[in-house]
Amino acid sequence: MSVRPQARPAGPKPPFWRDRAKRALIFQLLLVAAVAAFLLYIIGNTQANLSARGITTGFGFLNNTAGFGIVQSLIDYSSQSTYGRTFVVGLLNTLLVSALGVLAATIIGFTVGIARLSPNWLIARLANGYIEIFRNIPLLLQIFFWYFAVLRAMPAARDSLSIGEVIFLNVRGLYLPEPLFESGFGLIPLAFGVAVVASIALVIWNRRRHEATGKRLPAGWISLALILGLPMLVLVATGVPVTWDVPELRGFNFRGGITVIPEFLALWLALSIYTASFIAEIVRSGIQAIPHGQTEAAQALSLPRNLVLRLVVVPQAMRVIIPPLTSQYLNLIKNSSLATAIGYPDLVSVFAGTTLNQTGQAIEVIAMTMAVYLTISLLVSMFMNWFNARVALVER
Amino acid sequence: MTIQREMIPARPAPGSTIGPIAWLRANLFSGPVNTVFTLLGLYLLYLLLVPTIQWAFIDADWIGTSRADCSREGACWVFINARIGQFIYGLYPGSEIWRVNLTFAVFAALIAWLAIPRLPFKRWVAVLTLVAFPLLAYFLLYGGHFGLRVVETHRWGGLTLTLILAVVGMVGALPIGILLALGRRSQMPIVKSFCVVFIEFWRGVPLITVLFMASVMLPLFMPTGVSVDRLIRAFIGITLFQSAYMAEVIRGGLQAIPRGQEEAAAALGMTYWKRMGLIVLPQALKMMIPGIVNTFISLFKDTTLVMIIGLFDLLGIVQAALSDSRWLGFALEGYVFAAFMFWIFCFSMSRYSQYLERKLHTGHKR
Repeated sequence: MSVRPQARPAGPKPPFWRDRAKRALIFQLLLVAAVAAFLLYIIGNTQANLSARGITTGFGFLNNTAGFGIVQSLIDYSSQSTYGRTFVVGLLNTLLVSALGVLAATIIGFTVGIARLSPNWLIARLANGYIEIFRNIPLLLQIFFWYFAVLRAMPAARDSLSIGEVIFLNVRGLYLPEPLFESGFGLIPLAFGVAVVASIALVIWNRRRHEATGKRLPAGWISLALILGLPMLVLVATGVPVTWDVPELRGFNFRGGITVIPEFLALWLALSIYTASFIAEIVRSGIQAIPHGQTEAAQALSLPRNLVLRLVVVPQAMRVIIPPLTSQYLNLIKNSSLATAIGYPDLVSVFAGTTLNQTGQAIEVIAMTMAVYLTISLLVSMFMNWFNARVALVER
Repeated sequence: MTIQREMIPARPAPGSTIGPIAWLRANLFSGPVNTVFTLLGLYLLYLLLVPTIQWAFIDADWIGTSRADCSREGACWVFINARIGQFIYGLYPGSEIWRVNLTFAVFAALIAWLAIPRLPFKRWVAVLTLVAFPLLAYFLLYGGHFGLRVVETHRWGGLTLTLILAVVGMVGALPIGILLALGRRSQMPIVKSFCVVFIEFWRGVPLITVLFMASVMLPLFMPTGVSVDRLIRAFIGITLFQSAYMAEVIRGGLQAIPRGQEEAAAALGMTYWKRMGLIVLPQALKMMIPGIVNTFISLFKDTTLVMIIGLFDLLGIVQAALSDSRWLGFALEGYVFAAFMFWIFCFSMSRYSQYLERKLHTGHKR
């Protein structure tokens, strides 16, 4: 920026505060000193407060027995487990609802976003209505709505709503049949693996052949047929080694099958529906960001309509869509912490809530919780940056 | 052979290309697939709208004082009617409610002045809103001076508290956000890395952990014996959180200003703060208004989280009213009312920001 003259003009040396480099140095030293003084002040106060309350610092409490139960856990957990295990259970529950939420929000969001651009006036209006309603209502309110006004108002177990006497919904949650795998089922994942490897090989071979000879096979459809068909074939050939454990009403409650607790359902529904409204807007603006000339040029080359979309519009739109999409995924993961309001046992609820209240180790617990979210944020944005760099426009 | 000597009068367009029928054909029934979609859409609309209108309007009960006045067939708006004062003002003492009303009337007037493009003296009104108004609001709402009685913050609630939290978070976050954004673009390595870490930290954690931190850890940070009001703790948490998002919006605006502007100012011998304050920020802030409005909308929705740390904002007070034993079983009405209030605010703000975006698109689009 500033070009220094080669030789200083004669005269007295300017004072140091006129020298930009020295000024910057002094300014930064002052900032460091201020931050350090602030931190020292806080640490001093905290130590005084902690010793006054008789709280010992450190992570030793993670080995103590928690003494409370958790309603949903993906690993073995009982009230005899340690706080460390509580942390893991909470983390897994957070990841579960986030992963399923991202999946559902993506599907709903892309569907609504494309419907928003439909030439059909009614469909476009309906999609617009969805977007405008759900993104302008606070997420917490939507979670409460699904939990207290819908799922808590379901009938008791005796009068459950059911779909074909297989899936049941009542005030205690959703009951799904659970597949039980018998011996010989191991062949099916194996067949699936073989099909995936074969499809990848086919796609690579097809691309090479296409570049060399200009001929191409519909590799996508063949791969799909392979991936779906081969496991199906094996399934039938081995005589369908799966039985379903259908939930049954015994006494006052259902036994067997998979139980999805209402807290999970409410959180999952609200997160997916809320985030989908933002994703739909992103998809719409991403597709609209592609200049119309691109479509027209592709049509002028007499590409069929589906290839215009697949080869010209979508790849360019994805470039616009992916960065904001990432931040929506991150928002969803962070928003899953609202679980604590309805008692879904996620990380914030069981760790920053119950564990914090029982142990009083505020600093350690909050620091661990924040560290988890920071790590997830960093990992997702690193992955997306990598992906973004891969699909980025190669400029001349 | 005949010669046409007069102009042939223009014939009307074929009936199939104009009018409502043609519109229906082009937009709803242009092909078999489209027709199926239209019919499906109509059916969906029928499924959604008919029961909703039946519940919310036709079968609803509007007038009364207790739950006995509700027939239980449709919505019981009597519940909302009976509680509306609490939903809007929280537990603010009835004789002092004029203070809340006056505060919001002044605020609405200031915002309207800023939002309507034709009115002059925008800069002075903005200064008034950001500096003088918060002081006025403090004296009016909290009291304790000029003969006004003190109203403790635990009596604040409802829509009032929601608006106060959002506005305080915003007014507090704007200057911090500007400093952070400038720091992030600075060439001083320590300042830059400090700002990057600060911004990315607050953006990486959920607001709820920030609020937990503010309510649990802040008392530990204070000297022994000093206690901080619960509302102030929420203010601090929300402001820090919001300032990080604000900084990113401002950084985006700063990046949109061509570099030549700053270089030209530097060539005229302006100092850093003059370059920023007189040349870059005035241009950038104008372009950032839509982004600022958008972050304000998300802040407005996020204020609902304060109910988790025990403050009664609009959603918090509705939730509390639902567990009143005299009014059990009206969860749906309560949520619909709260959703409607939030929706009105957020929707109108987002429309305003879209209008601004369209207006600002003209000159600066590159």
